[in-house]
Amino acid sequence: MSRLVVASIGPASSVQDGGRHGAQRYGLTVSGAMDRLALAAANTLVGNQPFAAVVEVGPFGASFTARDGAVRVAISGAPRNADIAGSPVAMDTSVTLKDGETLTLGFARGGAFTYLAIEGGIKGEPVFGSLAVNARAGLGSPYPRPLQAGDEFTVDAASGAPELRIELPKPVSGPIRVLLGPQDDEFDDANKALFLDSEWKISATSDRMGYRLEGPAIKHLHGHNIVSDGTVNGSIQVPGNGAPIALMMDRGTSGGYPKIATVITADVGRLAQTSAGTAFRFEAVSMAEAQDEARKFAQLIRNLPDRLRSADTVALNIEALSAANVAGYAVSAVDAGTWQVAAEP
Amino acid sequence: MSATLPPPRLLPSGDSAVTVEFSRTIDDDANQSVLALDKALAASPIDGITESVPTYRSLLVHYDPGKIGFDALGEKLLALASQPLPPATKARRWRIPVAYGGEHGIDLEDVAKALNTTPGDIVARHVAGDYKVAMIGFTPGWSYLSGLDKSLQMSRRRNPRLLTPAGTISIGGIQAGIQCLAAPSGWHLLGRTPVRTYQLHRNPTFLTEPGDRVTFFAIDHKTFEEQDRAAEAGEIVAEQVVA
Repeated sequence: MSRLVVASIGPASSVQDGGRHGAQRYGLTVSGAMDRLALAAANTLVGNQPFAAVVEVGPFGASFTARDGAVRVAISGAPRNADIAGSPVAMDTSVTLKDGETLTLGFARGGAFTYLAIEGGIKGEPVFGSLAVNARAGLGSPYPRPLQAGDEFTVDAASGAPELRIELPKPVSGPIRVLLGPQDDEFDDANKALFLDSEWKISATSDRMGYRLEGPAIKHLHGHNIVSDGTVNGSIQVPGNGAPIALMMDRGTSGGYPKIATVITADVGRLAQTSAGTAFRFEAVSMAEAQDEARKFAQLIRNLPDRLRSADTVALNIEALSAANVAGYAVSAVDAGTWQVAAEP
Repeated sequence: MSATLPPPRLLPSGDSAVTVEFSRTIDDDANQSVLALDKALAASPIDGITESVPTYRSLLVHYDPGKIGFDALGEKLLALASQPLPPATKARRWRIPVAYGGEHGIDLEDVAKALNTTPGDIVARHVAGDYKVAMIGFTPGWSYLSGLDKSLQMSRRRNPRLLTPAGTISIGGIQAGIQCLAAPSGWHLLGRTPVRTYQLHRNPTFLTEPGDRVTFFAIDHKTFEEQDRAAEAGEIVAEQVVA
């Protein structure tokens, strides 16, 4: 066995996985990774099940040191500079830390959450099948709270498998897609239009429980009190002050504010990775389209192993290269490690 | 599942859940229909449903759109909901000990004043109630009870408290509650129970189920301390009666 020690870590970082399902009827919060695609990609790179437990690293930096042997890890999600002793590590690749080596992650350069998967997974005591941390309920394992410097994981020794990268599809851009409802009839047409036609920003006071949205005040038709009913990931509720809150993974299982719309499954991770202060819009789609996207999203995750490539092959992104049309970028592109950095504006 | 209610509405809750709404208000008939549909689904599962969450007035059904689409599922749910209510089965009944007033029920005296009576009378009315677990939500084990005596119904606190203790027994509006974990609350705190409705590593982890019946009985504060220690060690200090 090796150990992976958290040498340093910012707030809002915790162990997360696919979530704690099956006990919402008892008020048990689901929790789990904010960006499921990135969770699955990181796990796939080190041969884990897609929804195995990983370290969800919040917007600030972190560093991890291998002890008592080598540890193989992979990173995916919000892009950031990463290195081992000054030698860059690319996003969406696996890498093996030799005994004593430290992987350092910088601040997220867009988005918020980056996933560090560990070969063989994180060992802990599952509750309802999950190690996911819900700090409010004191749940999660091996640490039922956000991670702190000095925490450590007992992990499998690195297998020595060749390093891999994963070719993820080009990120979807454009509005965050929603389905209206379940309580869109608590709002008149003008206010539904205001919700769909306005530009929104995520407030800095957001967290894993909910993203507060800054924009125009949305008015209710009959007041803001409804009898509590169930919530889902991506429910957008409108409290009395008219400022919508998108409910995220640590949401309460029920809530008493009208929910004007629900973010489609395929876009919940995109919303989670929208940085505070970045302007974005919503777009209403049909049930047929939303379910089609949900099925494609599930299929994308199922088929992630087909997207694995040897890390030795140069990750030339011809399309991006010609779009960039700058000699300097072409030089960087030869090294998959720095390409990610150079491609950032 | 009720002769008195119109058929439920199917409200899309994203692409992977649907809310089957029986009523917009708190209504015992609606809650009965919710719990009946929930039971019917447990008895004859529909492929693709992953989880159901009963509330006062609706059943939230989570499902996998890769297995069943909204229209097909909606049809099946409406068909199940249109069946007559099954005959009432024997409900479990929990007798829950409560240490009323003092440090454990800091609002008891204010509630008595507001209702022009004595704390003892408030306790007597609360203990006389026959409650039903209408739903569990908000935080693990938080049991929302219907059946609060009309004379105890009063609006919630103007300023919700940021933290109220684990085990709080409270009333708010037309509802009563058993709170398990420490949590914010705008309800009136009458007392505390040593009973844990949720406790990890205990079998069962969750004590109460939607549909269970509940009555309270008063214990003194010394008994509370004893039972609290026993409960912390994993004992179920509530008394179960099969009615």
